[in-house]
Amino acid sequence: MLLHQPSAVPRLLAATPRAGWIALAAFVLVMAVLLPASRLLLPEASPLHVSDYVVTLIGKILCYSVVAVAMGLVWGYAGILSLGHGLFFSLGGYAFGMYLMRQIGRDGSYHSDLPDFMVFLDWKALPWYWQGSDSFLWALLLALLVPGVIALVFGYFAFRSRIRGVYFSIITQALTFAAMLLFYRNETGFGGNNGFTDFKRILGYPITAPEMRLMLAGLSALLLMLTLVCARYLVTSRYGRVLAAIRDAESRVMFLGYQPLHYKLFVWTLSAVLCGLAGALYVPQVGIINPSEMSPANSIEIAIWVAVGGRGTLLGPALGAAAVNLAKSWFTVSFPDYWLFFLGLLFVLVTLFLPQGIVGMWQGLRAQRGRKRTAEPTIGSDQGREAQT
Amino acid sequence: MKVGSFDHASPGQREQWEAAASFGHVATSAALDLSHGVILYLDDISVSFDGFRALNRLSLTIDVGELRCVIGPNGAGKTTMMDVVTGKTRPDSGKAFFGQTIDLTRLSEPEIAHAGIGRKFQKPTIFEHHSVWENIELAMKADKRVRTALFARADSAQRDRIAAVIDQVRLTAATSRPAGLLSHGQKQWLEIGMLLVQEPKLLLLDEPVAGMTDDETARTAELFRSLAGEHSLVVVEHDMAFVRQLGGLVTVLAEGSVLAHGSLDAVQEDARVIEVYLGR
Repeated sequence: MLLHQPSAVPRLLAATPRAGWIALAAFVLVMAVLLPASRLLLPEASPLHVSDYVVTLIGKILCYSVVAVAMGLVWGYAGILSLGHGLFFSLGGYAFGMYLMRQIGRDGSYHSDLPDFMVFLDWKALPWYWQGSDSFLWALLLALLVPGVIALVFGYFAFRSRIRGVYFSIITQALTFAAMLLFYRNETGFGGNNGFTDFKRILGYPITAPEMRLMLAGLSALLLMLTLVCARYLVTSRYGRVLAAIRDAESRVMFLGYQPLHYKLFVWTLSAVLCGLAGALYVPQVGIINPSEMSPANSIEIAIWVAVGGRGTLLGPALGAAAVNLAKSWFTVSFPDYWLFFLGLLFVLVTLFLPQGIVGMWQGLRAQRGRKRTAEPTIGSDQGREAQT
Repeated sequence: MKVGSFDHASPGQREQWEAAASFGHVATSAALDLSHGVILYLDDISVSFDGFRALNRLSLTIDVGELRCVIGPNGAGKTTMMDVVTGKTRPDSGKAFFGQTIDLTRLSEPEIAHAGIGRKFQKPTIFEHHSVWENIELAMKADKRVRTALFARADSAQRDRIAAVIDQVRLTAATSRPAGLLSHGQKQWLEIGMLLVQEPKLLLLDEPVAGMTDDETARTAELFRSLAGEHSLVVVEHDMAFVRQLGGLVTVLAEGSVLAHGSLDAVQEDARVIEVYLGR
């Protein structure tokens, strides 16, 4: 393991910087030019035409990838396994969903100013926490703040009490479960078990228009890129090295005069905020948010994406999220009853045979090929880490 | 310290308080005062664990720049003494002062580390996935808050300092190697390097040459002798050959208190010392 990982902080996929730039440019080209062109300019009969379904699927998977990268930051680099990241994602989704509900205006079934479910419950006015929800900016701010503040407060108490490992995982699992039960209640004011749906428009533009779908998918791609850039900056900074050290030997780091609480809290809160943003982009694309998004199984699935893609790598979790979700959309159509079995099997197989995930396997293959080429084994290339810092 | 006068404090003072407060509580964070030539006072320290007296009215002083060896049979309280000095264990009674003014019994572990006491554990606890350079960088005396670490880049003075320490502990050839791949002796040196780069005033070293070859042991003794003077060192060690190579004063602990004190030759001839080591 150590041989394939010469430093605590591996580079983005261990590729050369040039290959990385080319991949990035290709991704931008696809998302910003090819996808819109194919959807809007090509006739539907053309084999290269993509449907709205595909555009939405891509956008959805990009949102999942953001969540996976955010999860990879806390799990792979700080050693904090959260089994409650679905909560932050859902909270971001609900925060933006409130705005989408208000945008329906009087076009709902009851033609009321209030969202349909409130009319159904015979509520006469908006609850206080719905104030301002008709503002796009406020909704966006809420999507950042609510997951952020909850993560900050929860993280502060958990990390201060030095809760770690499996205990921390269980508590996060309980947290998202409790939130799910809360959101299932009609009195909570978020639509009970139906959640929010039937969205009509964003900023007055129809939400189902192909341009809007392309725009949302494009924004998801942009968010993923920003998340990766930000994550890369973090893990290659001194902060990232301290974080990896906390992951490996927390008490030792404390002895060196660092306060692990603050280090963990920062990455934890950042991760929650990124999940919240991803959730806010996800909800208008899939057109629904309900408490089942907070179910414990969803959060566990996020951990599986990261494990499949590769813990302790940046791009790995994004690839893992994409691979698992593509498999999921195929499986749930072809063999709807067997998806969960397959997911469980995948997790077991990856844990047993690919402990470093897809990226680890790829790096291993590259290292093997490189060794054959030079015919002289080199252990942990000594190219001077200090030169990069 | 009066927290009430916070608003009137100078910016520097305030920063210092905030740093202290961020560790959990505001403690007496006075500067290290070495005016009496003594860096560590332990006075009448007792520690019990479930009725077992690990330290029994232990009194000990270490002078500035001294190289002191602490020896004693297993269970004599050597490690507990280190735990008290570094804040890991709170004494039931007694006083522990760093210099004239810093009360160690009131500071947390990170605060004590920050005040200038560095400790090397028996088992090397380096970061195996980090390179030698990164290990030293992590340990470097610097602003260790998140906000700073996010934007910090090692400047040339810090690079020189890191390189100098790596050279001092003879690891220059392994600078970018993952620490997990070092030999046992090299790991011990790396950890000593991690202490040195923190510029501690007082170094506590728990069995620093355990598992080292004779050659490595001799080089370690040479390193420690060169450090004495600038730093004060307390070395807990079983290896008498190493203690002799160090050549400092020796304190013998037994059953939680000081049994004998003096040069190695003197304590080795002490009848009570012979008795505890050889049994009665």
